[in-house]
Amino acid sequence: MIITQLKDIDQIYNLIKPYDKILITGCDGCCQPPRSLNEAKVLGQLLELKSRTEGKELKWKAITVLRQCDDRIAATTCRPYIEEFDAILTLACGLGVVMMNKVLPEILTFPAQNSMFGGVQNTGENNFIEYCETCGDCIIGETGGVCPRAGCAKHLSNGPCGGMVEGMCEVGGYTIPCAWVQIWARLKEFNRLDLFKKYRGPRDYRTSTSPGYMTIYKDYTNIKEEKEEKK
Amino acid sequence: MTNRPAFSNLMKAVQEGHFVFTGELEPKKILNLDEIIHSAKEMKKTGRIVAANVTDGPQGDAYMSSMVPSYLVQEKANIEAVWQVTVRDRNRVALFGDVIAGAVLGLKNILTLTGDHTALGDHKKGRAVYDIDSTQFAEMLSMMIDDGVDYEGNEIEGGKIEMNFGCVANPNSDPREPEILKVGRKVEQGVDFIQTQTAFDIDQAKDFLKELEQFNIPVLLGIFPLKSHGIAWYFDNFIPGVSVPKDLLKALKTAEKENKGNKQGKYAAIDKINIEFFKPFIEEIKKSTKAAGIHCMAVEYERLFAPLLGDFPEYVK
Repeated sequence: MIITQLKDIDQIYNLIKPYDKILITGCDGCCQPPRSLNEAKVLGQLLELKSRTEGKELKWKAITVLRQCDDRIAATTCRPYIEEFDAILTLACGLGVVMMNKVLPEILTFPAQNSMFGGVQNTGENNFIEYCETCGDCIIGETGGVCPRAGCAKHLSNGPCGGMVEGMCEVGGYTIPCAWVQIWARLKEFNRLDLFKKYRGPRDYRTSTSPGYMTIYKDYTNIKEEKEEKK
Repeated sequence: MTNRPAFSNLMKAVQEGHFVFTGELEPKKILNLDEIIHSAKEMKKTGRIVAANVTDGPQGDAYMSSMVPSYLVQEKANIEAVWQVTVRDRNRVALFGDVIAGAVLGLKNILTLTGDHTALGDHKKGRAVYDIDSTQFAEMLSMMIDDGVDYEGNEIEGGKIEMNFGCVANPNSDPREPEILKVGRKVEQGVDFIQTQTAFDIDQAKDFLKELEQFNIPVLLGIFPLKSHGIAWYFDNFIPGVSVPKDLLKALKTAEKENKGNKQGKYAAIDKINIEFFKPFIEEIKKSTKAAGIHCMAVEYERLFAPLLGDFPEYVK
């Protein structure tokens, strides 16, 4: 899931201040915590109140989109409305904002949220934790299913750094578990400390250089065929 | 242990079998290095401290870069520097560039460190780099020293750099096993020596040194003499995993209270507490472990050197 956080209401208001009629779009995709129709309506009401304090009447409508990062779904859902509005405010993650601007080029779409990280909700808890940083070089097969790149504040390939207390990380005041202690405990449980002892060389950051770009070829892989290479 | 020659006085002294001492200097947010140089000169005078560590932004704070103070300490105080370099602020390109620049300046020891996260320092909004980790930095240094190449294997014009380098181990790590396994990886990458984080508990320190024996590499156990109750309290509360013995904290507090307004009396009382605690501590480490020496982090506490180290054999010329 893409974990998102609502921007400060003043910040959102400043983004849409120049417009009188806005379409607010929720997203039913993987954005967490949920930002669907209800959240879009609540945001509309808040912005309407805020506008009134500044002596302005804001017209708005809330809808929701199945998945804003899907070009066809985003376009077909929103296109019927855009003529009535000056701008779109979206509750999707950054991918949704970009896609809406792409498929509806005649209108500007603004983000109401900050995209935080790729993560999941901790079962039974009120928090989300980053589990994957989409590095392009997955090593969790060697680390007991725990990612040291997303999970370690220092992104160490050969951890732990030594600053853990009772298995908790010094960064963030010992509230988050040390990923390398988790890796060690998990590999020890399966008698696979050989994997823990293994030295891992420097990362090849070309796999995660921005902007990420990948082509899919005929055989549904992203590995370039030799003939195409020759061209 | 690596077969690398001893390029530094520190490694030479260790190989000659001396029980060595290293000191610590902390260049902070300051333009004037007179105090650092003075402290380094005092270390030299002891005849027991063979080299001085120069810290690189401890606790993630923005301090003076460690390279120039390391050089000046060697030039002006005539004591070898252990140049601390963290991987927190520089990527592999900058680390390589700094290391060959340091080699040109005549620096002979590097201590490789991960570095305290920027989130703990005074520029919390900053981006921490960590392009390579300290184990990978060790591999890079081995390539520069043993093969005369950069991290991609490109030759360094002029050949191999002549340096020894160490890594850090933390006796306070909890749990300890992953820490020991990590040290194993670093030793595989060719580190010459280990300096440890500070230890206050003699049994814990001895256990830790015993576990490090398997790597057959010189270890300098870290101690941190406590210059004031405030420093002790800070250490106890803010340094990960370190707890200062309660008796020591109490004694320091009492000493400061009883000598309020009497600076000399306070100093004497505090020094006495430190000597009574650390002297037997060092003697015990020297007698009953295979430690190569002590890394004495008496930062800005030069007056303790003579009484604390005076009874140990002199070996630094």
